[in-house]
Amino acid sequence: MRDVAIIGTGCTKFGELWDRSLRDLFVEAGVSAIVDAGIQGEDIDGLYMGNMSGGRFVEQEHVGSLIADYSGLAGDLHVPATRVEAACASGGLALRQGILAVASGHADIIVAAGGEKMTDVDLDTATDALAAAADREWEGIMGATFPGLYAMIARLHMHKYGTTPEQMAAVSVKNHHNGTMNPIAQFKNEITIDTVLRSNMVADPLHMFDCSPISDGAAAVVLAPADVAKKYTDTPVYVKATTQASSPISLHDRVDITTLDASVVAGQRAYKMAGLTPGDIDVVEVHDCFTIAEICAIEDLGFFEKGDGGRASENGETAIGSRIPVNTSGGLKACGHPVGATGLKQAVEIAEQLRGTAGKSQVDGAGIGMTHNVGGSGGTAVVHIFSRDR
Amino acid sequence: MTVARFWRKIPHRYNLIGTHCTTCGEYYFPPRQMCPSCRRDGKIESYQFEGKGEVVTYTVIHTAAKGYANQVPYNLAIIKLDEGPSLTGQVICEPKELEIGTRVRPVFRKLGEESEKGMIYYGTKFVPE
Repeated sequence: MRDVAIIGTGCTKFGELWDRSLRDLFVEAGVSAIVDAGIQGEDIDGLYMGNMSGGRFVEQEHVGSLIADYSGLAGDLHVPATRVEAACASGGLALRQGILAVASGHADIIVAAGGEKMTDVDLDTATDALAAAADREWEGIMGATFPGLYAMIARLHMHKYGTTPEQMAAVSVKNHHNGTMNPIAQFKNEITIDTVLRSNMVADPLHMFDCSPISDGAAAVVLAPADVAKKYTDTPVYVKATTQASSPISLHDRVDITTLDASVVAGQRAYKMAGLTPGDIDVVEVHDCFTIAEICAIEDLGFFEKGDGGRASENGETAIGSRIPVNTSGGLKACGHPVGATGLKQAVEIAEQLRGTAGKSQVDGAGIGMTHNVGGSGGTAVVHIFSRDR
Repeated sequence: MTVARFWRKIPHRYNLIGTHCTTCGEYYFPPRQMCPSCRRDGKIESYQFEGKGEVVTYTVIHTAAKGYANQVPYNLAIIKLDEGPSLTGQVICEPKELEIGTRVRPVFRKLGEESEKGMIYYGTKFVPE
């Protein structure tokens, strides 16, 4: 297998983008990435696109063909385009498929993109589309929602480890603070612990400000063999690990409800593949679809002991300038969570950190970064490790 | 959910009939046709659960799932049945009566409905013992 590098990145603004369609978003992100990489359409060997539910959100399937077409890559060039789906991990998985295509030698230049247009439907329909990431027949039909499932993780985490609503709120406060420094973030306002605790209860103990928003947006990267990456850019970002793990789709079938064992296994596989440990990671984007999800993630990926994630978050141990800065982009909470885009946006953020172009949220001397993208309540986890140096 | 999709699982939804692997002895609810431990070596038979169990964790849902808005707030829990497996279900009681470890028993109830002309979903909910 060949080493692979990111040679270009692109991302749209995230948010409620009433004037933009799914295809507009994908094309904008993809074009920014190929401009950044300095390549032409003729150079592209394939597209992989993360999109959770075009069918439910914009009544559009066959997204691969649509985006290839509107990117000018279908009519004359007939570039193969593959849509990839793993609920909220669709983006991370599209990135992984792209990396594998280049690593295998089957393709040289691949664009991996992710996008979702979620605000064209009402909240009820969006909630129901997201609920399809859980087991419809044995969770959804009982009245389960995604906030409800993560609330049950939170309740047990509080019971077993003494995690508090204030500790969960601290995750949201930190991510909103990071969002203020990110030009593409959906929310750029500072909040306080009180803002979170006084917001409406969605699913007890999770308040509205514990939950990531409904968002539109797209992100993309251009991938190339590491051997030729410097031909395209002075600052390639090298892929050190791409891993994935499955777990039972239903929360009730997990061995430990407070542990996303898919995250644990994907993380362990990634550390092994890269020959690294959690202590080597300088910056990480984790899947904070809810505040409790970030607390579980920083434990499951080995940055903190199980049960210590809440205390660490409240103590500022995940802030920029601390030992392990988490979600410098603002995370899903403040940057926004267009589900299919998230895994790619995480990679774009880490690439910027490693290139030293992350602006106000730059982590000094960041050399190694990680992304962690989860599907559903933990049925899929996708982890990547990137490095500034080959 | 379409009529066929709901009806084909009615014995399981109405009566908590799951499965049992006679090779390894594990019990499964929701029912599984392949034992995840023994895979092809597993021998699966139908099994009627008594349905009593214990609340592992729970939430009180205020922003409802589609079609459940008229029920808010409602309690949703993961319940570990005495025979082993865990499932997701609603617990009918005041939220303050519900704790991790609360003993519950199953009851037959309307779960929800699609529309005036659509399906009415019946199934299993739980109440404190």
